[in-house]
Amino acid sequence: MAIHERLSGNEAIALCLKQINPDVMCAFPITPSTEIPQYFSNYVSDGLVDTEFVAVESEHSAMSGCIGAEAAGARCVTATSSCGLALMWEMLYVAASMRLPITLACVNRALSGPININNDHSDSMGARDSGWIQIYAENNQEAYDHMCCAMRIGENPEVMLPVMICQDGFITSHAIENIELLEDDVVKKYVGEYKPEQYLLKHENPVAAGPYDIQPYYMEHKYQQAVAMKQSYDVIRKVFKEFGEISGRSYDLIEEYRMEDAETAIVIIGSSAGTAKAAIDEMRSEGRKAGLVKIRVFRPFPAEDIAKALSGCKAVAVMDKADSFNAQTGPVYAETCAALFGKENAPKMINYIYGLGGRDVSTGTIKEVFAALDEIVTTGVTGETYRHIGVRGL
Amino acid sequence: MVLKYTPAAEINEQSKWYEMSPGGMICEPGTSRLTKTGEWRTTTPVFIADKCKHCLLCVPVCPDGAIRVKDGKRGEFDLEYCKGCGICYKVCPFDAIEFGGDK
Repeated sequence: MAIHERLSGNEAIALCLKQINPDVMCAFPITPSTEIPQYFSNYVSDGLVDTEFVAVESEHSAMSGCIGAEAAGARCVTATSSCGLALMWEMLYVAASMRLPITLACVNRALSGPININNDHSDSMGARDSGWIQIYAENNQEAYDHMCCAMRIGENPEVMLPVMICQDGFITSHAIENIELLEDDVVKKYVGEYKPEQYLLKHENPVAAGPYDIQPYYMEHKYQQAVAMKQSYDVIRKVFKEFGEISGRSYDLIEEYRMEDAETAIVIIGSSAGTAKAAIDEMRSEGRKAGLVKIRVFRPFPAEDIAKALSGCKAVAVMDKADSFNAQTGPVYAETCAALFGKENAPKMINYIYGLGGRDVSTGTIKEVFAALDEIVTTGVTGETYRHIGVRGL
Repeated sequence: MVLKYTPAAEINEQSKWYEMSPGGMICEPGTSRLTKTGEWRTTTPVFIADKCKHCLLCVPVCPDGAIRVKDGKRGEFDLEYCKGCGICYKVCPFDAIEFGGDK
């Protein structure tokens, strides 16, 4: 029987980790993810989990500790945000290249500077090429559900990659909402045990992990990573489907909302999808054919799914909660355009940089975007594609 | 596909990407034997047995285990592995190692 609760996103993640009972957590506090290791260390102190909690001196050390412990054969978790993730940067790549399925709860927050503690996606978008699988939640329920799936995805022998479970700072991490939880034993059974084939503490067969890789070998190992990421598409789909069977909540790489006959649509990630759905419902009641594609899994990038979902649209706006400062586009727009390049009847595409540093995103914001799309459909003129919304003076 | 953990001796510069262990993991101990570091040597140390007191200070400082010990006494250099770094020459208190001749 499902358990009805009301929890913040951080509480949901900490509780899920308690149910999973990982071997090691190495973590350093940073707003807004601090509560995750804080709540979890309470579980450790209260003897509710068997986890070794390592209170490290920095996020670089947190990820380094996770790498060492995961290579040793332990299931490791950590949590961080913003500059904490940035400080992990070097080690994120090491974790992925060593094929260590570490799980990281990322509570998305703007990167400094200017210093700001509120939500946008610049932290995890910056880490998008580090070789981690990235799954983004719209709300606390999805954050919990994604965390339940993380290890089954990452630890799959066809994948063996670290997984980042992302949720929006404060909006999701601190807002308390209704949530449906699974029983401890159901989660434990579903997640299973981590049984790597080779690991440092395998007494009968000592190994060396993460050795120096010279020119004749490095590129083959990077190609192995590329293949693993490609193979993860099907593994993620399968894990989400199996999760649906135990929870009643089924997910896919993307979520299509009212896309059946949509003429205009937005592509969006995270909590703002909820706001956009409300705006779309209002516009639909006025007879406007508006829809939404929410990217749940950003790594691997679900290019085929997105191209298919947008194929019937006339104009599409891709929303980026992070800027690339290439004077052209945010990261999601660039990859969405790449997904649609060369496709027949591809829609006209524009990009909006929005919600940086916690800038409020209302249904009004979303309607403004759709008004711009309607104008493109009416006039046939796309105009400037690199746009910002919510900035005073524009 | 699932990558296999392949013994280091079976991996070489002709190995395909799918024939190599995931993440470059080295799956068995003692694989430094496979790398004949002696090929790197440009300067060769010479062991002067008459001067050697068998204090064995040279043994642990050798990065490649190229100084073998038998019955408490050191023997000749194993030139298959000696890469000619000269650390043993620096550490020897009895001038029992000459270093600076040609290979």
